[in-house]
Amino acid sequence: MTAIDDMTEGRDSEPLGEVGAESPAMPEVVFDVEELSVYYGEFQAVQDASLKVHENEITAFIGPSGCGKTTLLRCFNRMNDLIETAKVTGSLRYHGVDLYDSKVDAVEVRRRIGMVFQKPNPFPKSIRANVAYGPRVAGLAKKGPVMDDIVENSLRKAALWDEVKDRLDDNALGLSGGQQQRLCIARAIATDPDVLLMDEPCSALDPIATTRIEELMHGLKDDYSIVIVTHNMQQAARVSDRTAFFSVNVNPDSDNRTGILVEYDSTQQIFSNPSDERTENYVTGRFG
Amino acid sequence: MTLATIGTVARRGATGFERKRTDVAGGLFKALILSALVVSLLVLAVLLIDTVADAWSQLSTRAWDFLNGSLRSRSIDDKLGVKQGLYGSFWIGVFVALTAFPIGVGAAIYLEEYAAKSRLAALIELVIRNLAGVPSVVYGLLGLFLFVERSTVFGFVGLGWLADATGGRSVLSAGLTLAVLVLPIVIITAQEAVRSVPSGLKEGAYGLGATKSEMVWTQILPYAAPGILTGTLLAMSRAIGEAAPLILVGAITGGLTRNPELWDASGLREKFTALPIIIVEWVSERGRDPGFAEAAAAAIVVLLVLVLLLNMTAILLRNRFERKRG
Amino acid sequence: METPDPVPGALSLAALAGSPRRVRRERLISRVMFCAALVSVVVSALIIYALFSEAWIFMRDVDWSSTWGELGWFPRRGIYDMPTLLVASLWTTLIAMIVAAPLGMGAAIYLSEYARPTHRAILKPILEILAGIPSVVLGFFALLWLAPNVVAHIGGEGGRGSMLTAGIGVGILTVPLVASISEDAMAAVPKSLREASAGLGARNAVTTLRVVLPAAVSGLVASLIVAVSRALGETMVVFMAGGAADAVIRTYSPYDGSLTMPSAMASLASGTDQVVGEGLTFQSLFFVGLVLFLLTLGLNLIGDRFVTRVREQY
Repeated sequence: MTAIDDMTEGRDSEPLGEVGAESPAMPEVVFDVEELSVYYGEFQAVQDASLKVHENEITAFIGPSGCGKTTLLRCFNRMNDLIETAKVTGSLRYHGVDLYDSKVDAVEVRRRIGMVFQKPNPFPKSIRANVAYGPRVAGLAKKGPVMDDIVENSLRKAALWDEVKDRLDDNALGLSGGQQQRLCIARAIATDPDVLLMDEPCSALDPIATTRIEELMHGLKDDYSIVIVTHNMQQAARVSDRTAFFSVNVNPDSDNRTGILVEYDSTQQIFSNPSDERTENYVTGRFG
Repeated sequence: MTLATIGTVARRGATGFERKRTDVAGGLFKALILSALVVSLLVLAVLLIDTVADAWSQLSTRAWDFLNGSLRSRSIDDKLGVKQGLYGSFWIGVFVALTAFPIGVGAAIYLEEYAAKSRLAALIELVIRNLAGVPSVVYGLLGLFLFVERSTVFGFVGLGWLADATGGRSVLSAGLTLAVLVLPIVIITAQEAVRSVPSGLKEGAYGLGATKSEMVWTQILPYAAPGILTGTLLAMSRAIGEAAPLILVGAITGGLTRNPELWDASGLREKFTALPIIIVEWVSERGRDPGFAEAAAAAIVVLLVLVLLLNMTAILLRNRFERKRG
Repeated sequence: METPDPVPGALSLAALAGSPRRVRRERLISRVMFCAALVSVVVSALIIYALFSEAWIFMRDVDWSSTWGELGWFPRRGIYDMPTLLVASLWTTLIAMIVAAPLGMGAAIYLSEYARPTHRAILKPILEILAGIPSVVLGFFALLWLAPNVVAHIGGEGGRGSMLTAGIGVGILTVPLVASISEDAMAAVPKSLREASAGLGARNAVTTLRVVLPAAVSGLVASLIVAVSRALGETMVVFMAGGAADAVIRTYSPYDGSLTMPSAMASLASGTDQVVGEGLTFQSLFFVGLVLFLLTLGLNLIGDRFVTRVREQY
């Protein structure tokens, strides 16, 4: 609780990039992943992934299904903890802190790292209650003007305010699919995270709603670091600054499919001049 | 049920003669199973009509007095009635709701959310399934052992304080015994309700930094509430209709002097009776005084109204939410 | 919203450690939930302990010749003839199954294979109401309506209870149980099997008899086993309509009155002096309870095995 208060105050007083930026070309590292492997019981889902996620950038994870991109994403806010058998080896540092240190509390992590899911999953409550959920459980605010401000700001940032401002107390399930997903983004923003994890956020949406979300992501980039998993290469090319391409290694003996990180580079590089043949095959549509 | 069997069936049905025969046989079969259903429903109808007809002499003339009256030695008595039984059954329902409900919901949440798929949970679930099949009269023995007799476990864990607290053969003992009896029902129905909560809601809450208990409190309980409530209502209705455990715990069939008001909690640790016990008693009295058969029927009508009201509320509640959620 | 944290290393391990108070609270809640789940285990252990500890005294002190081959069940005189109770339990259970198996399964087949959804929506709740009727009501109905109107026409006496009367009553009580487990079993049969059969030109009755029922057979067997267990443990219907008081001479005829295991227990407990009887009366209650408990437990475990088999199959 107090930790969060300290942080929020700190942010007000310290302008962006004043302290400790290494060089203007290379923004701060948010996630530093080294040799990360994820197991579900005996089964290895991701093998030895290493990459750095940078601040105020959009990083896309692409690859065929079963390549471990969602699994890796779910390590970033420790959602994999919810699966009893999941086990993580290697290191995953968030602003320099090892997320899998035994002292780290997964709940605290999730309050700083927001997540948007594949299928819009608004709670069967009012629009207001959906947005207020995170701040409320984090103890940031209860009711009253403070909460109203949070709700309005979050909805504005998610480009949903104008559509719902007159019906904040209506049930969120009455919104369209695209609106629901933007509500989920607003809900994730409301806890004041610095990272947004998006797990195929547009896979359940129509093209128009997808375009709106993509536009929204461009705007959110200024305030948040975004990691997005997508099965849609064009989407990755359109929205992201960096792209990680994952592939599947099939173990011939056990038929187990393990995800591996093939290549990680600027999006432009990945799509125009990939260094790995597998990446090239995938982005040119010859495989996958 | 192999494809070969289906094949022969189809081939046999392919000639005109055979088809006609299947038709007759098919019709006969349908009539047969339909009659099974009709007989079951007819039995229910006869039961209800016969009971109400028997009860009519009591209920048509003195329904209110019957509800307020007490146990009497003769069936023709202005003060004959079931108030003492209502008192017992009412408080049994209250104790079941107060104990089986929270413990059952807590257990269901533990099994589904805290220990899901663990070996311990599997073991506990096995125990619960088997408890659900234990005859009610055996629960009566448990109640007798725990709450009535001053028992000792393994020679040194004294349980006398339990008997002292409940007052022995009392409504309190009966209510706790029946709460134990319906606990598996509450747990199993609550588990089903908890399991039906969409994983998207749970993930959404966790993703926003909710702790497990916050997730349970804000997502699981509101979503599962109708299902949990349905199970609890069914459990209460079952408890109110049970008689065998009460006999073992020592519900008495005569000689109750007091006739307290329903909400008068001062009688909870004293001798007691309950509606089903009154019915049994009056049925056995009918040899001496045939009028008691009608009194018993009237008591049954009162019991059925209570039990069916609880049951129907539960079924309607469930159906309504099933439809709402598609 | 404020700008995101720009300071490297500003985040310390402590900041992500979570408040110890919250961690403690969560642990406490988790323990409370665990205790709630443990109640069932404790209850089971207590049931088993209570049954064994009291039954042990009975088994240690009883004159075993009095439990086998004496002329009947006279617990207050120290004669505990178990065959008397077992024969009566067998008769009532057998008769109950003769009633419940065809009625319950027939109703289940109709509901699952023939009834239109609109009819189902009405019929199922009615069966559920039947399931909710207390056993004392069935006891009353068996004694005062079934005995004179049904049993009297099939060779029994209409004026009093008997094993036959009680058995029919218990059977009616278990119809909804048989119906609901059978229906679940048939609902678990994949639609594709039915469609395959119908696609080959089989009629509804043929599909049901040759495809659905064989596929659901484990579940149907389970429904009967669970119903037998339920019938063995049923107390009040037999207590009221079984035609015997607290002691009875051994009989092999279902037209006679007798005591089953549970009804003998209820009779023992309901006397004027209640269970505090002479000698081993109190302990005999737990001995009979133990036998009943083990029998029903065994049946339930077997029934459970069959139900799981259905689930694994599809």
